[in-house]
Amino acid sequence: MKIINEIKFIMPSLSVNEAAARAVVSSFLIQCDPTVEELADLRTAVSEAVTNSIVHGYRNSGGNIEITVRLLPDRVVFIRIKDSGCGIADIEKAMTPLFTTAPEEERSGLGFSVMQSFTDKLTVKSRPGKGTVITMRKKLAAHE
Amino acid sequence: MNIDIRSGNGMTIARLSGELDHHSAATVREELDRCILTQQPKLMIIDFKDITFMDSSGIGLIMGRQKLVEGFGGKLEVHRPQPHIQRIMKLSGIERIVRIV
Repeated sequence: MKIINEIKFIMPSLSVNEAAARAVVSSFLIQCDPTVEELADLRTAVSEAVTNSIVHGYRNSGGNIEITVRLLPDRVVFIRIKDSGCGIADIEKAMTPLFTTAPEEERSGLGFSVMQSFTDKLTVKSRPGKGTVITMRKKLAAHE
Repeated sequence: MNIDIRSGNGMTIARLSGELDHHSAATVREELDRCILTQQPKLMIIDFKDITFMDSSGIGLIMGRQKLVEGFGGKLEVHRPQPHIQRIMKLSGIERIVRIV
């Protein structure tokens, strides 16, 4: 599919970078003139995915997180968050609302539910020991 | 993230401002817990009016504080969350546990 515009950036899995990731994605998406709600949805979805990589993917180690945002035809936004962390052995279980492997850190187990609710399509691919790739798509409302 | 905490007459109000994510939640948790442990409020209000962003980390934060306050026989209320934050709260079902005003 034709890519109208794209941004790709890599950052270390430091929690302070969660806000930076949201800010970069927001700035890039401004060119599409999204509604306040659409932008908030995508910011939240990115924050959830990046936090998953930091808290779960790189639980016992550090590593890099690669974020790609693409603008596709028909006002479709594509976002990919990729890490090389520990991976997810059972994706279905991980996506169950309220399931968390980090209750002691007060993780609510809602990350995937939020990503699902705030985007049109969520795909999670993971291999234990290799890492996780989360892709999300959201079609922005047509301009008046 | 800024936190303004005021206590008196068994009530504590914590006004938060800024963005609440996994990173900032750690500091907020520490400050609120210190206050809850010393004040043991009967009513703890967390004012979300000036929270401009929250992801599901905020849900974990609220649930954790609710348990702590309840442990001292108190109640926790969440006040004035913005519409987008209300959506996450609704999705989580937290309104069944904590009163949202």
